[in-house]
Amino acid sequence: MINFNLFVLPFFLGLIYLVAKIGKTWYRWIKALPAIDKVKFIAGIRHPQLFLSALKEVFLEALIHRRMWKRNPLLGYMHMSFALGWFLLIVCGNIESRFYSGTHLNAPYYPIFLKFFIHDKLVLFFEVFSVPGFFRFLMDFLLLFVLSGLVLALIKRQKSKWFGLKRTTEFQLTDSISLACLWLIFPMRLLAESYTAGYYGSGGGFMTQPLGNLLVAITPFRSDYAAYSMWWGYSLSLGIFFITLPYSRYMHIPTEVLLIFFRHLEIQPKKWYSSFSDVEVQACSRCGVCIDVCQLNDAGINDSQAVYFIRGVRDKYVPEEISRKCLLCGRCQEVCPVGISTDSLRLIKRRELVSGQASDFSYLTTQRTGAPCQGEVVYFAGCMSHLTPAIIRAMKGIMEQAGISYVHLDENGSVCCGRPLMIAGKDRQAQGLIDFNKRLIGLTHAKLLVTSCPICYRVFREEYNLPIRIQHHSQFILELVKTGKIPLQGHFKNVAYHDPCDLGRGSGVYTAPRELLSKIADLVPVPQDANNALCCGGSLGIFEASQQQHNAMTAVTLDMLMKNQPEILATACPLCKKTLEKQSPVAVKDIAELVYESLPKPVYFAASGQSHPAKSYANELI
Amino acid sequence: MVKNFGYKILSDASIDFDRNDKRIADYLKAHEPSMNLCIGCGSCTATCSAGHFVDFNIRRIHTFIRRGETNQVKRDILKCMFCGKCQLVCPRGVNLRNVILTINRAIEQTG
Ligand code: SF4
Ligand code: SF4
Ligand code: SF4
Ligand code: SF4
Repeated sequence: MINFNLFVLPFFLGLIYLVAKIGKTWYRWIKALPAIDKVKFIAGIRHPQLFLSALKEVFLEALIHRRMWKRNPLLGYMHMSFALGWFLLIVCGNIESRFYSGTHLNAPYYPIFLKFFIHDKLVLFFEVFSVPGFFRFLMDFLLLFVLSGLVLALIKRQKSKWFGLKRTTEFQLTDSISLACLWLIFPMRLLAESYTAGYYGSGGGFMTQPLGNLLVAITPFRSDYAAYSMWWGYSLSLGIFFITLPYSRYMHIPTEVLLIFFRHLEIQPKKWYSSFSDVEVQACSRCGVCIDVCQLNDAGINDSQAVYFIRGVRDKYVPEEISRKCLLCGRCQEVCPVGISTDSLRLIKRRELVSGQASDFSYLTTQRTGAPCQGEVVYFAGCMSHLTPAIIRAMKGIMEQAGISYVHLDENGSVCCGRPLMIAGKDRQAQGLIDFNKRLIGLTHAKLLVTSCPICYRVFREEYNLPIRIQHHSQFILELVKTGKIPLQGHFKNVAYHDPCDLGRGSGVYTAPRELLSKIADLVPVPQDANNALCCGGSLGIFEASQQQHNAMTAVTLDMLMKNQPEILATACPLCKKTLEKQSPVAVKDIAELVYESLPKPVYFAASGQSHPAKSYANELI
Repeated sequence: MVKNFGYKILSDASIDFDRNDKRIADYLKAHEPSMNLCIGCGSCTATCSAGHFVDFNIRRIHTFIRRGETNQVKRDILKCMFCGKCQLVCPRGVNLRNVILTINRAIEQTG
């Protein structure tokens, strides 16, 4: 072995350890997948198209950091320069080393420490694409690219605001060791290569050669010793980084790759803690992007944001209340550059907390609730709508005008849809409610289920497995308007629309309410809307928040909504309405109410009293 | 044949604070202090979804817990649907869903 020196050992051993450790961990995760996912995984990686699309995303997310770019260009550049720069250094270094050694079988450390082994003027100015010194230039350029990221990372520690982050995460011991080594790697490489180039008077590129000459000139002792110790330093920082990596936040780098593959092979989060959850937890880079978007900050809660919760799960210690202290608004999930399903992780932990508790809904019988009659459409107002009777009244008026034969399922008091229990982790207990509601819905023989509450809407779609169509009332009314079943006359000025979490981020319904509203109102822009909308502050997702804390969150949301001085706040959720109403300086109305008020006048007055004149008017219209 | 005379014999309603089990009350006080804000107005019970269908009275549950009469509480609390209406109407801002969750936990822990 000619190309060997003792100093390569720390790097070499570290690398072997890292590869073995990651291999073992991945194997353990894949092995622990449920049988069905294992089949998907094995079939998926053999499927060239799936494999390539996953690979493409790995490239875009793990190397380019596309989502980080979207968040903040400076942050994106910093992550990209590290990831892509290092990756290219490895790839190009490998190609370069092949040119010099003329063989494909180099020891793994050979390309990394190439400049230590090779400093012959002739080979180093090897021509590629008839550019002399092509690789000299390229490798220096890439090193500079990575170093620029390092400088940004140092600045970020001081001025995180420039990177769009108000708050960042703190470090644990292994993180600090890893980080110190990571930050040392590239300056060490720069010094080692420069000293070597300076000592031999050749071999460096546009950056390393002049720097090397300078260093040699000012170093008071023998510069070959200096160079040699720098090579040791470089190898040691690499070695220690590799060995500490699996125990630090940097484990997210290899794990994110596996997570992207899992997602592409359609392996979904489970209701219980599975190896998918493990992969998600380890894939969190603790970038802290989720901290600033979290509205718990407004309530003075700053120990429970997704990143802290996930860290707790990772360290196998989550204080109980941290699991319960979250609005489940989904804002963090929306911005997470790794795409971690933070809400479902939180629910998994909640399920673990309440697994021993029971519920008893044996009292729910059709004798008690009354058996529903039959109709085409079954309307389920939802518990929350019972607190905002104007919405129910509007819905009934609209359906009567449209001449729809509907059954109001929860006319005489509502049986909860089950989602509030599920939010508390009580899925098993919620099943009693779900089964009962399903039975009632079945008895109506309806073909369409309409609900006024986004919370119900979500659970109907996700958990009920109903054989009929399910619509939120905003979609339903829009369809009535489009098919000409109801005429709209009124027009409202300056209306701001507030997206409810469970309708927007939770169910992806963004356009229907807007389209409907734009038919009867001039919408004013809302600074944070659609998937970036704020929670009203009244979310049922959080348990450990006082009324004052809820109010504080609502106040911030209202400030944002009132930015462009709307005269009416429109929403599509009884809970949002109820919450905003308490503190809003202007009227808060549900879309259904606005539509109802826009109907031709006679119906509007008649329907508030009795329903018969309305019906006859509707018949006339048809 | 049992004849319905229109009255029944009530169980002994005297409260013996020395013998009653205040563990749930203590746990609740420690973990959801907003319970102390309750003025017993009964709004929560009036709006209750479960109470609409069955004999279930969330205000009575607080009262029983405060008195340390926990036997009926343990049976009754299972009927709550957790819908959260009570919390939204409470004029005192009692965090009722967490009260119920905390009672569940207290029962689990005290057996
Ligand atoms: S959860 Fe996502 S956004 Fe939050 S720190 Fe982890 S990777 Fe970043
Ligand atoms: S779901 Fe909402 S409240 Fe919960 S951690 Fe994420 S941003 Fe914060
Ligand atoms: S509504 Fe609030 S204050 Fe009134 S009895 Fe219920 S908990 Fe107490
Ligand atoms: S959460 Fe429980 S106690 Fe409160 S209103 Fe709903 S069913 Fe009643």
